[in-house]
Amino acid sequence: MSEEVRLMKGNEALAEAAIRCGCDGYFGYPITPQSEVLETLMKLKPWETTGMVVLQAESEVASINMVYAGAGCGKKVMTSTSSPGFSLMQEGVSYIAGADIPALVVNVMRGGPGLGTIQPSQADYFQTVKGGGHGDYRQITLAPASVQEMADFVGLGFDLAFKYNILTVILADGLIGQMMEKVVLPPFVPRKTNEEIRKECPWASLGKTPDRKRNVITSLELEPEPMERRNIALQAKYAEIEKNEVRYEDIETSDAEYLFVAFGSAARICQKAVEVARAEGIKVGLLRPITLFPFPYEHIKEQLTHVKGILSVEYNAGQMVEDIRLAVEGRIPVEHFGRTGGIVPTPEEVIDALKQKIIKK
Amino acid sequence: MAKIKGAVEVNTNRCKGCELCVVACPAKVLGMSKQVNAKGYNYACMVNPDACIGCASCGIVCPDGCISVYKVKIEN
Amino acid sequence: MTTQDIIKPENLVYAKPSIMNDNTMHYCPGCSHGVVHKLVAEVIEEMGIVDKTIGISPVGCAVFAYNYIDIDWQEAAHGRAPAMATAIKRLLPDHCVFTYQGDGDLAAIGTAETIHACNRGENIAIIFINNAIYGMTGGQMAPTTLEGMKTSTCPYGRDVTLNGYHLPIGNLVAQLEGTRYVTRQSVHTAAAVRKAKAAIKKAFENTLAPEKKGASFVEIVSTCNSGWKMSPKDANDWMVENMFKAYPIGDLKNI
Repeated sequence: MSEEVRLMKGNEALAEAAIRCGCDGYFGYPITPQSEVLETLMKLKPWETTGMVVLQAESEVASINMVYAGAGCGKKVMTSTSSPGFSLMQEGVSYIAGADIPALVVNVMRGGPGLGTIQPSQADYFQTVKGGGHGDYRQITLAPASVQEMADFVGLGFDLAFKYNILTVILADGLIGQMMEKVVLPPFVPRKTNEEIRKECPWASLGKTPDRKRNVITSLELEPEPMERRNIALQAKYAEIEKNEVRYEDIETSDAEYLFVAFGSAARICQKAVEVARAEGIKVGLLRPITLFPFPYEHIKEQLTHVKGILSVEYNAGQMVEDIRLAVEGRIPVEHFGRTGGIVPTPEEVIDALKQKIIKK
Repeated sequence: MAKIKGAVEVNTNRCKGCELCVVACPAKVLGMSKQVNAKGYNYACMVNPDACIGCASCGIVCPDGCISVYKVKIEN
Repeated sequence: MTTQDIIKPENLVYAKPSIMNDNTMHYCPGCSHGVVHKLVAEVIEEMGIVDKTIGISPVGCAVFAYNYIDIDWQEAAHGRAPAMATAIKRLLPDHCVFTYQGDGDLAAIGTAETIHACNRGENIAIIFINNAIYGMTGGQMAPTTLEGMKTSTCPYGRDVTLNGYHLPIGNLVAQLEGTRYVTRQSVHTAAAVRKAKAAIKKAFENTLAPEKKGASFVEIVSTCNSGWKMSPKDANDWMVENMFKAYPIGDLKNI
């Protein structure tokens, strides 16, 4: 079968990929810079082809609770939003975590706090990998750095969500959502039938059959001991994910004396910076975390054999840098360079920052 | 002429003694026990069983589903 | 003929429905919730739709509704049940999907979800327990609290200059094109219970209509004798005298 190559925006590729990977439902609310996801789905009318439900909800609060309900039925359901919308969704996000059910949320980040700006940002790192909603929970976080990954991470995100009964967040920045690139769309996978879901997700609320007890999707537990048991089970699941699912990309790290660590489109700026800096004779590499939770702590630690300093490049005031510092445990300098307000730094700015903050030390 | 005769069975463990069945009974069959159940509630019971017509009003209004109603037709 | 002669399986004329299980309900003695739970269970059992019914329980006193009726359930965040029902009904269009919500849940924190699910014409049933108070949190003022009525957060009576007016949300949703059946019932007498059951049955049947015709909304004007600080009987009498004036019983819409 020949590959289908298209030129698309990240948001459009994500929408196409959702239909193709057998998604059962998308529930969303317009917000810049991700509105193309809902627009594309409405234009493509997948309910006429695959049977996928697409609905514009009355708010992000409603859309995440629609996702929570669909997930409780064992369906492949998703939503997409941008930062202020993701804040509104934290209620449902926490319920999904507490109820142990699989779902996919896409956050195409814009600048904040507050209404902030519609320009790209990576300032929701803390919100996504450290919590965001109430309670002790984690969510698998994938950071795409290309339109191709926007498409690929839909299928991957659902696979991981269903493997662990957990929420996967695709944490994209506005730049990845808006830019156009070549993309190979994934092949069509049929949606699961209710019979298949009953078999694969015996916990799903699809209607009680005589052969089993009632299924209840809930996060409520008033007795302390069962509630703690639930929390212990959640933490065990997160530990399993940290063991199995760390993903990253290395670019010229093997001989690097210095390292950029960057995710999403910031990693692309850094990739160019590596090229330019190496031409100047600076032995620098790029480590791009693809999963932000689980974070590649061990892999960063492995770089300590040859790396003398790390610059974390983020479109924020310094968030991921804290995790890098945790990984290296103070053994080498780790500094942050970032722009906010929607400003995307140039490779030259990044190299200057490396020289000033790391190499001169 | 046939005569209708009813009887009420109360799940005394489940009853919370709200007395709504007593209010609902048109034949004044039901009252409250002097004894209490394991939860400390005085439970509903038939104090005038002969008057029961098996209309089930008591069961219908019972919030805790503790009342079963039986009815027979007695031919004279 | 003795009582023991009458109490035999062949003479049984009334018992709680079998899908209402033996778990002891956490509700206060005399609470209307228990009666409405029983009606929901009876209707599902009589319609033979256990395998294709999904209930959505609220945050509020009925949070544990899922412990008492043996069907599949989902527990909603406070107020979000109609959004959840929307998704489930669209993903499982041949299922009967219903929410079970109190007044704080449906008419305060979940007003947007209620209005929009109704306005979209979702083929769902909404069972709405209106007892004009927050029961679970200890008797605070609800949007439906009557003017002058005392609660723990309006201890001198609801003052309209401070808190506005009781919200007749049933009348609001009846105005929307997306609702097909809006009714207000009660469960304080056997006759009222029978009518309420017929209303719930009609709402559930509507959800299974082959074509999407709209939302069904069954408001049950109820008591909260603990929150109202009355005996169950006095609460019923107070409801008839006061609540029925603000929330008159009967169909608001039936198309």
